[in-house]
Amino acid sequence: MSLQTKSKSPAGADWTADQPIVSLCDVHKSYGSVEVLKGISLDVRKGEVICIIGPSGSGKSTLIRCINGLNDIQKGSIKVEGQEVNDPKLDLLTLRKKVGIVFQQYNLFPHKTALDNVMMAPVLVLKEPKKEVEERARALIAKVRLQGKENAYPGELSGGQQQRVAIARSLAMRPDVMLFDEVTAALDPETVKEVLLTIRELASEGMTCILVTHEMGFAREVADHVYFTDQGVIVEHGPPRQFFTKASDPRTRQFLSQIL
Amino acid sequence: MFQLIAPFFQDLYERTGLNFIVFYAPYEYDRFLSGIAISLQLIFWSIVASLLIGVFGAWAQSARSPVLRGLVGAYIQAFRNTPPMIQLLFFYFALGAFTPQVDMGGYYQPLISSFAWAIISLGIFGGAFNVEIFRSGLEAVPDSTREAAESLCMSKWQIYTYVTLPLAFRISLPALTNNLISLAKTTSLAYVISVPEVTYSLNQVWSDNINVPEMMLLLFLFYILVVSLLAAGLHFLERRLALPGYGQ
Repeated sequence: MSLQTKSKSPAGADWTADQPIVSLCDVHKSYGSVEVLKGISLDVRKGEVICIIGPSGSGKSTLIRCINGLNDIQKGSIKVEGQEVNDPKLDLLTLRKKVGIVFQQYNLFPHKTALDNVMMAPVLVLKEPKKEVEERARALIAKVRLQGKENAYPGELSGGQQQRVAIARSLAMRPDVMLFDEVTAALDPETVKEVLLTIRELASEGMTCILVTHEMGFAREVADHVYFTDQGVIVEHGPPRQFFTKASDPRTRQFLSQIL
Repeated sequence: MFQLIAPFFQDLYERTGLNFIVFYAPYEYDRFLSGIAISLQLIFWSIVASLLIGVFGAWAQSARSPVLRGLVGAYIQAFRNTPPMIQLLFFYFALGAFTPQVDMGGYYQPLISSFAWAIISLGIFGGAFNVEIFRSGLEAVPDSTREAAESLCMSKWQIYTYVTLPLAFRISLPALTNNLISLAKTTSLAYVISVPEVTYSLNQVWSDNINVPEMMLLLFLFYILVVSLLAAGLHFLERRLALPGYGQ
């Protein structure tokens, strides 16, 4: 974790690559009277892989959804490449072009083939020529090891295959940051591996990744930094080696002892 | 066609007394054909009108304005809870009395004919059900699917046309098929406001020739044929649009 860097311009014009690519400062979020995030601060640098772990209901998914504006926040600041997310004037589309998200339930478009799922947004949103997009989409599908499944509908694919199409679909928009919201939680152990392998490759290519996960082995191996959240606050964080062996907070230790 | 079948039915009548006069007397044949043509037009346009009303109403029901939502709700209550025959009579006789008449050179004709009133009335009747059918389809599209499209930067309009509507339509189709079949059959009620559709024209034929059972049989066969074709078409569409593996 690096020091908080304040960007003066709300448009993020003076953001440079040596500053945190995602920066959360004292983020508060409530659903009605229930406060789920009670002052979360964290920084992610370009190319870093961050894992957020914690018991269910601790606000992990909410946190990650706030970063691309799917959930709004009541207080605090979230900046992506220096651009304030919690700004009513912000064009959400500009933000979301930078931030890709993959969901627990894949959420593919069931009426489109794998290839069309990947091609849809670049063609409709980025208005790129179909031929170019198709080339890129085929390459992405190959990258997630699904050659031959281009014309399969989501309903014909296994959970792990669908999740990999979902990753390819996000990558097709050429994001700078990828968010993964418990992407393996709905999968059986066999298919978890193939999805984690894909994410690991992405990480090794330098993609900035923020994961909410229960895969402790994965967090230990791939993450640059692990955050443990409970009841809306970050209880403890650190590099995985230190985090998994020398956790100091009793809550972290208890959680880890239950899970490991 | 007529020349081909006329001798057979003439012969049939002379030998057995079964009087399918519409197949051997040119005047009755024309009456029958014109009845069929009007029935088919009535079915087609009523379905088109009911679909337009259904799509627009379902959209209006998800609108922010409580007034608009209230109006759509009241419309559905009014037209789902009253008999279609009463609606036809109401439109033609109650509202028809207030519509302007057009000078046709010596005599006056109402601006809206009984045929037009039947399409308006049946369209509104079928539309009330279609609104609810489309609404259930729209509501069955998971928020999370829309959210995925949203996080891929698609605009509201793109999400609606490329994701929500195609899925909602597929979900609605079986219920829509039921309602359109029901609407196609309900068009025979246009009889009560003297639209010369097939029920009305055959009624004239049997009044003139006292061959009620034969003409009734014909009427029956006509609806069986038309409605099964309509149902087959809609089922074909359903199969074409079915999503492999979806929902399993």
